Amino acid sequence: MKKFLALALTLAMTMSLVACGKKDEPQSSTSGSQPQQEAGQEIKLWTYPVGNWGDQATVDKLMEDFKAETGISVKVEYLAYSDGDDKINAALTAKSAPDLVLEGPERLVANWGAKGYMVDMSDMLDDTDKAEILPAPLAACTTADGKVYEYPVVMTAHCMGINLDAFKQAGADQYLDLESHTWTTENYFKAIEALEKEFGGPVTAVYCKGQGGDQGTRALVNNLYGGTFTNEDHTQYTWDDPMNVKALEALKNTKGIAFDASLEGGDEIALFYQGVLKIANCWNIAQQMNPNQANTGAGKTMNGEEIICMAFPSENGDDTQLCGGIWGFGIFDNGDPAKIDAAKKFIKYFADSEHTVDAVKTANFFPARTAAEGTDLTTIWADNEVMNDYQVLMPYLGDYYNVIKGWTASRVEWFNMLQEVGQGQDIAESAKTHAEAANAAAQ
Amino acid sequence: MARQKQPTMSRALQRRENISGYAFMLPSLIFFVGFVVLPMFICIFMGFTDANMHDKTMFGSFIGLQNYIRLFHDKTFLQALWNTFIIVIISVPATCAFSLWVSSAIYKMGSFSRSFYRIVFYLPVVTGSVAVTAVWKWMYNNYTGILNTVLKGVGLIDQNINWLGDPKFALYCIIVILFTTSVGQPIVLYVSALGNVDPTLVEAAEVDGATDMQVFWKVKWPQIMPTTLYILVITTINSFQCFALIQLLTQGSSNTNTVMYHIYFTAFKLTDQAGHFGYANAMGVVLAIAIGILSAVQFKLAKEK
Amino acid sequence: MNSGVQHKSAYKIISVVILVILAILFLFPLYWIVTGAFKTGAEINAIKPVWFPSEWTLMNFEHLFSKRTCPLFQLGGLVGPTVPAVFRWLLNTVFMAVMAMILTCITASAAGYALAKKRFRGRAIVFGLIVCAMALPKQVILIPLLKEMAALDLNDTLWAVIFPTVGWPFGVFLMKQFSESIPGEMLEAARIDGASELRTFTTVVIPLVKPGIGALAIFTFINSWNDYFMQLVMLTSNENATISLGISTLMAETSIDMGLLMAGAALAAAPIIIVFLIFQKYFTQGITMGAVKG
Repeated sequence: MKKFLALALTLAMTMSLVACGKKDEPQSSTSGSQPQQEAGQEIKLWTYPVGNWGDQATVDKLMEDFKAETGISVKVEYLAYSDGDDKINAALTAKSAPDLVLEGPERLVANWGAKGYMVDMSDMLDDTDKAEILPAPLAACTTADGKVYEYPVVMTAHCMGINLDAFKQAGADQYLDLESHTWTTENYFKAIEALEKEFGGPVTAVYCKGQGGDQGTRALVNNLYGGTFTNEDHTQYTWDDPMNVKALEALKNTKGIAFDASLEGGDEIALFYQGVLKIANCWNIAQQMNPNQANTGAGKTMNGEEIICMAFPSENGDDTQLCGGIWGFGIFDNGDPAKIDAAKKFIKYFADSEHTVDAVKTANFFPARTAAEGTDLTTIWADNEVMNDYQVLMPYLGDYYNVIKGWTASRVEWFNMLQEVGQGQDIAESAKTHAEAANAAAQ
Repeated sequence: MARQKQPTMSRALQRRENISGYAFMLPSLIFFVGFVVLPMFICIFMGFTDANMHDKTMFGSFIGLQNYIRLFHDKTFLQALWNTFIIVIISVPATCAFSLWVSSAIYKMGSFSRSFYRIVFYLPVVTGSVAVTAVWKWMYNNYTGILNTVLKGVGLIDQNINWLGDPKFALYCIIVILFTTSVGQPIVLYVSALGNVDPTLVEAAEVDGATDMQVFWKVKWPQIMPTTLYILVITTINSFQCFALIQLLTQGSSNTNTVMYHIYFTAFKLTDQAGHFGYANAMGVVLAIAIGILSAVQFKLAKEK
Repeated sequence: MNSGVQHKSAYKIISVVILVILAILFLFPLYWIVTGAFKTGAEINAIKPVWFPSEWTLMNFEHLFSKRTCPLFQLGGLVGPTVPAVFRWLLNTVFMAVMAMILTCITASAAGYALAKKRFRGRAIVFGLIVCAMALPKQVILIPLLKEMAALDLNDTLWAVIFPTVGWPFGVFLMKQFSESIPGEMLEAARIDGASELRTFTTVVIPLVKPGIGALAIFTFINSWNDYFMQLVMLTSNENATISLGISTLMAETSIDMGLLMAGAALAAAPIIIVFLIFQKYFTQGITMGAVKG
């Protein structure tokens, strides 16, 4: 029975190799001199690309500083929007979820929080915190029964990006109000017409491949004729109302606007940067401040044309309702109190201390609170011209309806509807079918 | 089975055969049973439950055939099943026919050009689907893609076609990529099979005045039949594996959803359906049955030859 | 007769023309990857395709290397030097593909031999199962497999990708077809000489099925290298990612930067293409053997 021996040996070897190749080797040995009791403790942070929180060099620096102060090392994984959710769901299935995650309330509160995966952080918020954190993000991060599944750090208003040089060339810049960064629906369509005449082909796209960047298409459709996505108390989806249908019909029937099922938000941005599309619907301030890949500088297309932010067009221009983006940290409940404690220390450090400035600046968005432990946050972008300029859009921040029940289902219905509209199906009917399906999921 | 009844096999010999047979099978069986058979049984079992990612229990509760009833009313799933069928039904014969044609065109060439073509057609296989897909994604691009540029240049189309965004084209675009990454091996196989065809038979047929076509169908085709069957099997397997293309290119939009992708989508995508493991497993079972039938047909064909 | 010859040569010319066109089409993605990796941001992202880089730049590789970094290896407490993550990904991929290849060849050749030459009870059932499972896509057993890996604490290790690859029964099937042709007399002779079963296997069987093992090794290596799906589901951390996974993450994160993507794709494809070009003779021989015998 020599072969059994050989086999057993092979198996033993295999298993020992398994042990060697095991993940999560704590990398504590290098700086084991930390006196704190947490020394050597490691927590996992998975971050979506929120501004420069997706950039390893920047984040590494933050984590080093954090470790120097607390002794807790943080192992960071960088998720992409197109498959980050899948990865977290797979990890939850395999019981290897991270301790910390950086994203928005529509995922952390409405999805994983509602399903019982997240740690309630209401004990971290005292009255001072509640006064300092702005009402909108605080409300968005809190459930109906008062649980806080996300500690908000930054926020913004999603907007449009337009290629100003192309607008000038087409004589369409007359339709823009560059002072207030708003425009009316009428002017929007006039501008599209002018651009289409000048450049031919689609000048902007209603992208609908998948979920990435859907806030842009929602804001576009809702604002054109004053439609809404949900009702006021967030109990029902209302995107099949006549104003939205009218908007969809107008978009569909306008030459120069493509309903494109081969693009998602990121693809649209790529085409916008290339100078193909002249208006981007999936834009925000972080993108405005990031240099593009051809190194022609921040706020420029690859050909060096100037990009500026605009609000989504609405009937009067100044009644536009922008979709908010809120990002913050959540803690996955992996059943280890020590890790949860460490994660809370992490959040305290980045979301409510003098280091919050760094966390916010890394994200390239606006702080979700006015002050943190005595540090005034309202002026941190004071010396940044682009940010200051952009500040004029913040008052247009609309209702944060993303916390409605069945949110995830509704997004699928939304882009399925856009695809159908693009394929020429009856718009009112398609909107009705999919809004109903989303409402069924919201019950 | 007939062999086991052979009278020559004594009891002691049978025991010896059993022990050594199992011993040689064991290492393979550990992996096969552990990572294929056992999960398959769990999958079948879960298909009858409402198992859910968010339950603390693994299996949820037993709900009989409800998942299957729901499946056959689920338009998205049925469409995905149909698309899967389309992929297999087009790509398998196309791959076989194409590789046979290329092989018969190159097998008589000099050894340099023969191996040149073999390498060329094999390269996409080794390059890896992810790397190749990255290029194809750009080639199909609606606005800047090279396909539109070239086709407009030669005057075949006058409007850009949204290859991956149009349900009329998207699935076929994916089949094309699948095709380029799977003809390599069949070509290598056919070239050598054609090279091994008995030349005397071919000459004899030619002397009898047979045309090229007749020589091919009457003499060569029967001789390369075993190769053809083998190619059918590996191509079928291959076309059921085209997950990466869909995940990376369309994520199931533009009517390119397949059962393979839909299982993943149902299990892990952030949708309302996410985490309905019972349901996802029921899809798996349906797919497995469909594949089982297909394989059975192929093996029956193989046996007959 | 004359017209027949003319037809023939016309057909030949046409088929050569078609072949050349096809060859260009098949080579194009590779050409685009290689040249794209060295193009400047402006050229690779240009609206009008730039067919050939006007200046060759290493900028894309610099971006790629600085974008993600991680230790080259971690064995127990031993942590390797910090390098661009792509090198770790390559190392992981090589380890994964080679391990899968070795384990598959060992287990499949033994099992194939047993199925072909040993008349043990239950053989038909086992073989039936193997045939049934061969075409089974891994997506079918995705969820149970993931749960199983979690239970074995193998999740997010390369073993979670290797083991199911080894379990996939195609190799056993292939090796059974090969082992059928082993002459019974040789086995009989070895037995009469008093050789143990294991000795018979290593000294008589293995040399006879060597071409089959070669074919299987190549097949498994390439399959494992390119098995994007299992890697996607099983591996989560940057340190354990494979090259395919790494590139797809780049594709998802930065659909904006084709140059970075092409540089990644070039690095992903280069090693396996080099291996292929060096061993292509064995490749074709091995594969061919597999089919002709099969």
